[in-house]
Amino acid sequence: MSDLLDIVDVSISFTRYEAGLRRRTLRVINGLSVDVRRGEVLAVIGSSGSGKSLLAHAVLGILPGNAHLSGSMRFVGEELTPERQRRARGREIALVPQAVTSLDPLMRVGPQVRWGAPVNGNGSQAEAQRRVFARYGLTPEVERSFPAQLSGGMTRRVLLSTAVVSGASLIIADEPTPGLDPEALAETMRHLRELADENKGVMLITHDIETAVTIADRIAVFYAGTAVEVCPAHDFLPDGAALRHPYTRALWRALPRNGLAPVAGAQPSYDDLPDGCAFRARCDRATSACAATRPALRSVRGGMVACIHAA
Amino acid sequence: MLLEADGIGFRYGVGPWVFRGLDIAVDAGEVVGLLGPSGCGKTTVARVLAGHERPREGRVLFDGAPLPRSGYCPVQLVSQHPEHAVNPRWRMREVASEGWRVDEGTMEMLGIQAEWLERYSNELSGGELQRFCVARALSPLTRVLIADEMTTMLDAITQAQLWRAVREAVDRRGLGVLVVSHERSLIDALCDRVVALG
Amino acid sequence: MNGTAAEAHPRPVRMPRVRRALGGRQRTLLAAALAALALGAIVGAGTLLPDARLTTDLGARNQAPSLANPFGTDWLGRDMLTRTARGLTTSLALGAAAASVSALLALALGAAAATLGKMADAAVSWLIDLFLSVPHLVLLILISFAFGGGARGVAIGIVLTHWPTLARVIRAEILALRGSEFVRVSRRLGTSNLRIATGHMLPHVFPQFLVGLVLLFPHAILHEAAVTFLGFGLPPHEPAVGIILAEAMMHLSTGRWWLAVFPGLALLAMVRAFDVLGDRVRALLDPRTAHE
Repeated sequence: MSDLLDIVDVSISFTRYEAGLRRRTLRVINGLSVDVRRGEVLAVIGSSGSGKSLLAHAVLGILPGNAHLSGSMRFVGEELTPERQRRARGREIALVPQAVTSLDPLMRVGPQVRWGAPVNGNGSQAEAQRRVFARYGLTPEVERSFPAQLSGGMTRRVLLSTAVVSGASLIIADEPTPGLDPEALAETMRHLRELADENKGVMLITHDIETAVTIADRIAVFYAGTAVEVCPAHDFLPDGAALRHPYTRALWRALPRNGLAPVAGAQPSYDDLPDGCAFRARCDRATSACAATRPALRSVRGGMVACIHAA
Repeated sequence: MLLEADGIGFRYGVGPWVFRGLDIAVDAGEVVGLLGPSGCGKTTVARVLAGHERPREGRVLFDGAPLPRSGYCPVQLVSQHPEHAVNPRWRMREVASEGWRVDEGTMEMLGIQAEWLERYSNELSGGELQRFCVARALSPLTRVLIADEMTTMLDAITQAQLWRAVREAVDRRGLGVLVVSHERSLIDALCDRVVALG
Repeated sequence: MNGTAAEAHPRPVRMPRVRRALGGRQRTLLAAALAALALGAIVGAGTLLPDARLTTDLGARNQAPSLANPFGTDWLGRDMLTRTARGLTTSLALGAAAASVSALLALALGAAAATLGKMADAAVSWLIDLFLSVPHLVLLILISFAFGGGARGVAIGIVLTHWPTLARVIRAEILALRGSEFVRVSRRLGTSNLRIATGHMLPHVFPQFLVGLVLLFPHAILHEAAVTFLGFGLPPHEPAVGIILAEAMMHLSTGRWWLAVFPGLALLAMVRAFDVLGDRVRALLDPRTAHE
């Protein structure tokens, strides 16, 4: 049970049309459980299509209209109903958007960030925005600039400011890093780490394992719409021998510095999820028992794993 | 040299030069890395080398002659965002037969599933879509592949899978490859030699 | 930040019950069925109701709505339901014909601007700006007047004034397609210009055209009614909604509300049905929303 965000056995399905008027329900997230605690960075890693961004959308309550959600999501001990999500969104739960396009190109940066600040006794919204800008080394000139006038690094700090100024206790960063050079990457990661050290919870969604390992406390590995392993980040170091799930181990071996070793096949599509373990068709340890039922998350050596062979 | 860029430079209109005086050469069967931080113009270099943009100075030669303006271009580009490189109103079956009819072996190696062929691009994930873009570019007519941050958005296993397929074409039929990336470890794992930019 | 993405799509997980029961395609069908029903009813009533109901019957003047005359009667004892149905039938025929020709004009000019080089583009863009800079209705009245008024004048007026918005959309669409990444890639894969036009561009432009056409209908119908209402359109002896509404205006203060209310509502319902249908067709033709 987590003190911040607790997701238990959540499934998300979409209703969509096949040919003509025939409709079909597709289960995209399947019995997923994960939690985020205060003061930690939880990295969520997995391939595109594994459901990691969708989970973020579910927490924020911004799933598309044809989505259906079951299971339980609790935030600071309260059930996350659509009404609760409306109140939490942008105030208690904030998103660090991925792209520059999240900023209004025709509005100066300062006022855009100011909007997100809470209206309360701690001074005006403008003061709150200036405090956050000062923290991230953004000068008053930046405040008066338009988004297009900012460098890439400044834009990233402005995007981070938009989340921080809200004072939210849960911060979700969805793929904030692709294409960044090492310094910029380190800077972004340092800022996220600082937020966790201020007792906020940070959910870092990424496909970049090597970066995630450097700042995360725990890592959740997603595959085909479910969490197959949730473990302390240091299990990924130094040689990945402590990892529990065959998929996590395969991910580790596929890293460029570990030999770029591929696994044949592809993640099963959500409209064709097999019974039993979703990874078994690509797994060298698969047995007939793996086809019987979908393995549940269980505790192994201080981490959680959804594999019947893990020990 | 198969592909040769000779003191090329590029800028938009009369704007500042994105890059100038750049020499790059890729030979058959060679994997060359182009390393540089984001925003240093790598993508523009890739576009010029693949003939998507014409250099404003210098020249790009393939087999000693300028790149063809029409017909199949022996230098193909795969970029970071496959969703832009595929017509959203086409089924993947049509995408996989543009340029050449992607063969079974290529599909198998890239992990392309038969049922994906009946889908539209918005029904596939970025990783699934990029496999099609790589398959399309691995036509036997392609002699040099420019891979511009081709696997930056992908998970490690899919990345390794795509590069294994490219590597296979290099070893089997002497495809030349330019790996454009900001990631040192990837370039170290793949390339015979490295050119630094910016 | 207020959750930028969150504010952009503030759709809750739990949908209203109707939306969950009826998917996008059911709603499109419903809109199409309603529009067809409305059209059928109007045209059917316009042709089936006997002329006798339109003859002057001074014994049945100014009657409020009843079972025999659901829309009431006017100051000459004519049945308002029959008059409205006839009027809308005229408007519909005129609107449909004019909107179709106008849409084809838009397609031709938009495509020409986007493909025939800088000169053609400048000329067409100038024309578009010119037509859009003058208020629609004023231009429509002038053109219709110049062509001698009447049904022909109004039709020509609508054809000549309604193309610019759609032409601009089609021009922009083709220009965007020409610069798009997938067309550039296709070129380098050796695809011919003809195949790019038919294979890549047509599937994008055709839905735009179709939606534009459907959305032009209500516009054309409304404008025909407006011009006629102002006395510059169809002559008073033609059965037209504009005429009915204009006449009804004179009797509004006498408390005969039914003279204006029912024809007005019928016109509004028809226009709205086409509007909804156009939006639904757009969603259906777009792969991003087709499956919702």
